[in-house]
Amino acid sequence: MSDEKDIELAKKKAAAAAKAKAAAMAKMRAKEIQKAGGTVPVNSMGQDQEANQPEAELEGQAGQSDLELAKKKAAAAAKAKAAALSMKKEAEKANPISSEQQDAENSTPGPEITTAEKDLELAKKKAAAAAKAKAEAAAKAKAAALAKKQGDAPSEEGDEKAKAIAAAKAKAAAAAKAKAAALAKKQGDAPSDEGDEKAKAIAAAKAKAAAAAKAKAAALAKKQGDAPSEEGDEKAKAIAAAKAKAATAAKAKAAALAKKQGDAPSEEGDEKAKAIAAAKAKAAAAARVRAGGKAAVSSEAAEEKKPSVNQPLLDSYIEIIEKNLGADVLEDSYINSLSKDVPTIVVKPEAYYKTAQFLKYNERLSFDYLSELHGTDYETHMEVYVHLFSYKNRHSVALKVKIDRMEPVIESLAPLWQGANWPESETYDLLGIKFINHPDLKRIMLGESWVGYPLRKDYEPYDVEV
Amino acid sequence: MVEDLLASSPGLLNFGIFFLLATVLLLVILGFVTYAILAERKVMGFMQLRQGPNQVGGRWGLLQTVADVLKLLIKEDTIPKSADRPLFILAPVIAFAPAFMVVAVIPFTDKLQFADIGVGLLYYIAISGISTVGIVTGGWASNNKYALLGGMRAAAQMISYEIPLVMSVLGVILLAGSLNLNDIVDAQSSGWYILKQPIGFIIFLVASIAELNRTPFDLPEAESELVAGFHVEYSGFRWAFFMLSEYVYLFAMASLTTVLFLGGWGPLPFMDFIPGAVWFSLKFSLIVFLLIWVRVTLPRLRADQLMEFGWKVLLPVALANIFLTALLKELFNFM
Amino acid sequence: MIRTEEMLLNVGPQHPSTHGVFRLVIKIDGEVIKEATPVIGYLHRGTEKLAEDLQYTQIIPYTDRMDYLSAMTNNYVICHAVETMMNIQVPERAEYLRVLAMELGRVASHLVWWGTYLLDIGAVSPFLYAFREREMIINLLTELSGARLTFNYMRVGGVKWDAPEGWIEKVREFVPYMREQLKGYHQLVTGNEIFMKRVKGVGTYSKEEAINYSLSGANLRCTGVKWDLRKDEPYSIYDRFDFDVPVRTEGDAWARYECRMQEIVESLKIIEQAAAQFPAEGEIMAKVPKIIKAPKGEAYVRIESPRGEIGCYIASDGKKEPYRLKFRRPSFYNLQILPKLLKGENMANLITILGAIDIVLGEVDG
Repeated sequence: MSDEKDIELAKKKAAAAAKAKAAAMAKMRAKEIQKAGGTVPVNSMGQDQEANQPEAELEGQAGQSDLELAKKKAAAAAKAKAAALSMKKEAEKANPISSEQQDAENSTPGPEITTAEKDLELAKKKAAAAAKAKAEAAAKAKAAALAKKQGDAPSEEGDEKAKAIAAAKAKAAAAAKAKAAALAKKQGDAPSDEGDEKAKAIAAAKAKAAAAAKAKAAALAKKQGDAPSEEGDEKAKAIAAAKAKAATAAKAKAAALAKKQGDAPSEEGDEKAKAIAAAKAKAAAAARVRAGGKAAVSSEAAEEKKPSVNQPLLDSYIEIIEKNLGADVLEDSYINSLSKDVPTIVVKPEAYYKTAQFLKYNERLSFDYLSELHGTDYETHMEVYVHLFSYKNRHSVALKVKIDRMEPVIESLAPLWQGANWPESETYDLLGIKFINHPDLKRIMLGESWVGYPLRKDYEPYDVEV
Repeated sequence: MVEDLLASSPGLLNFGIFFLLATVLLLVILGFVTYAILAERKVMGFMQLRQGPNQVGGRWGLLQTVADVLKLLIKEDTIPKSADRPLFILAPVIAFAPAFMVVAVIPFTDKLQFADIGVGLLYYIAISGISTVGIVTGGWASNNKYALLGGMRAAAQMISYEIPLVMSVLGVILLAGSLNLNDIVDAQSSGWYILKQPIGFIIFLVASIAELNRTPFDLPEAESELVAGFHVEYSGFRWAFFMLSEYVYLFAMASLTTVLFLGGWGPLPFMDFIPGAVWFSLKFSLIVFLLIWVRVTLPRLRADQLMEFGWKVLLPVALANIFLTALLKELFNFM
Repeated sequence: MIRTEEMLLNVGPQHPSTHGVFRLVIKIDGEVIKEATPVIGYLHRGTEKLAEDLQYTQIIPYTDRMDYLSAMTNNYVICHAVETMMNIQVPERAEYLRVLAMELGRVASHLVWWGTYLLDIGAVSPFLYAFREREMIINLLTELSGARLTFNYMRVGGVKWDAPEGWIEKVREFVPYMREQLKGYHQLVTGNEIFMKRVKGVGTYSKEEAINYSLSGANLRCTGVKWDLRKDEPYSIYDRFDFDVPVRTEGDAWARYECRMQEIVESLKIIEQAAAQFPAEGEIMAKVPKIIKAPKGEAYVRIESPRGEIGCYIASDGKKEPYRLKFRRPSFYNLQILPKLLKGENMANLITILGAIDIVLGEVDG
């Protein structure tokens, strides 16, 4: 019920805003053309991707508080509040740490919060002034600018929200409950960006199919409203989250999924905005990008995050590997921005040894030093992480391989790097990954009589006594 | 006095006197060993920025070793199950007895000597070799791999170093013209052999440290490699026997060095108002201090390097020393 | 005819020179080692498994117990990994305190190594001299952290305690004192004929072998690879200091000894500079959330510990505990070359070679 009110509110807002928007349209266009493709949306998107989950939570709360306020106050006041709130959110978003502090009910508010509050007050005043101005239909410069802001956000909201709903519905319709749960789990657990991207891509595809026109409109709106797009995103997310929550309130897992979806469309909105922007320049290319699905999205994301200093390095690795070993050895490759921008390549299990061998002996790569080797149990699969370094060329690479969890077998690297000998034994000991062609695979830490593999997530300590 | 007794007819009384004298000697030596150990610990403590024993027996820890030995004597006697029992019991005795036997011939002063035999020096070297047998036996009988390695090392080392030891002494014998220790001391009244036989002295010192199994030649019991070497399975009073024999040898060897190279009880010129016993103990203490000092300072040699050093360095140099001494004596008839 | 037999000997897990509960099964022919098989795991405490149920701050004390001779670097590596993931800027003063603590720890660690290594070789006294100086360092670090060995000093975003009044002066005084003592060390040991005979040409390996066996730290630098993560992949504020990376080319125990001794000198240089530049006041903690949550993703960082390259891998799913934590423990990697080095060596060299690798069993076993 509350969500419906929220939506109504949003609709009202959108309707009211339409006027202001129309009034300020020409001005905005002029501005936005200048801004289009600028850095602001790129950055915001990068942040989006990095801090998806906490934000989604935040948005959920924010949406509720929004609702309460809406109940108390009149439509005009609510509008002002919404604007202020969005500003506050923006402030929070700019300082995710401080918002998190708030989230954790930290009693000491950071300076960011105070500025946000100031902003809030300011926004209230401004909003009040703006409401008056609008009622009088006076076209003063300041008021117009503000109106633009306000107008944009709600319209965005509306579109985004609609899209989000569409996406949620499409999702719910398409996916069986079990599948949805599995997907949610996967999304929740797999720390690799890749999983997210995939989910997003799926969500995006569905949203596209369901609400292509709306999305286009949204993208257009976004393009027009560059700076406020952030607000819009958040708002949309909040509403989408709330909506999705209400729609699938019965199931906690589904809620998590919805949260994800809530992220996804907004994310997708950005992507699409780009895609459409591109389409205007190159219709055919854009079509390919859209059709490209996951790969296109991920590559776009990597591009847009920030051009890492190691990007050329990664490109050269991939180029060399693909030229010599064929294009189908690599599962994925990206710059791990969390780990000092180390170029990371994920190879297919069957090409693992071949690639490692190549990495070691190729002249331009010559990774002669194995810095680290270990495995991780991701429940859906096992992963072996190898960090290689070249003393000759002074560069490093992270080599990863995903292997079947039920039957974790992979070739050993010990014939290539003697230093892989014990680490592989350790991985075998603690995770049960078997290494073929290992010179002396043994349970190096626990001894041969140990039952089970402790670092697996489903490990139960075995005790003879019990 | 002992001379007379030796010449007297055998009888119960004489046996009693002998026994009593031997016991007294044993106690005197044990008394010395007690304080030698304490001195070593104190000196080492001083050199290593520590206190050393300072609790038992006043602030000098005078009764520390007494307490230690007492503890060892009343400790449970354990013999490993798989050890060669008779040999295991016999080994400390074989190692310990010769240590006392050699003391008998050492002239502490012109009056205080237990047995003045003509071939005193030869006797000393011959008897002291028996201890090696005890150590090897102990290492073997323990049925422990570390002990065995330690025992083998000990055998190899002691045999290797006995030869340069004897060779270095030959120079002294050449000069003194006698194997009798009293004669050797008397021959030094004009000048100590450390001045006339410096090379011999150095070789003797090095070889004697090796004979004593002390750092840097403590391979048979190298703690960091063989845990404790040949006596790893020994405990209680059996272990005390090994330890005591080691220190008795220290006592004996320092005494022998004093006698051979530092003029025994002979005083420095113009200082003969000080009794010979004091001179002897002063010189003796100096040698003991030197041995402790070396122990504190140096790291350990490796087994193969030890052998190499013994056979390829010490032995040729000792031989050259003999040759040189003989040459000088023949040509100039000096000394 | 004499029948000879190879002997199987268990060196450890209780042995004075294995520096902990390390077992080495060796096959010897006389005193010549035919084959050596290291057996480890006696001290495995499952730190990585435990860490999966602990918050990041709670993991720090566990890292103290890995390489207990240089707990500061261990503290640092996990904090550094989380900071890298969360992109936290550590305040200046905290960085200086960290560097000072780490370098003091490095000196202390090398001193212990020096002392125990000579103890292994049979010289008793250097151990006690080394411990005299180490004691002073420990006292300094105790003033900082309140603990003597397991400091638990660093936190994600900074350090736990500020330096007490007059601490930095004590550090400044310590540097020249230590330099003076080092001269004494060299007089006592370096150049000693017996010592040189024991270590020169013992346990030699080539540069290629060292790299192939994933050796790091002084074990790598002794072969001529000029590589120090403090210099070549600067973390913290190491790029502000002027210091050398000592390198030898012989690749034997002697070269390792030289490298480590020289590293003490270089660490002293860093300490001196850091103490001189030490900011008079400032924050010691960055603004970090009360509950630290590393962002979703994974990170691997590596830094230079006294024993080599210590690394920390964190896979996070955005929760307050790591999904998977893995330490690259240098001793574990360095020890791998031991069987190869021991083959055909003299029994007495076992200790020389093992000691020169400089392992800490808490780290080997994790």
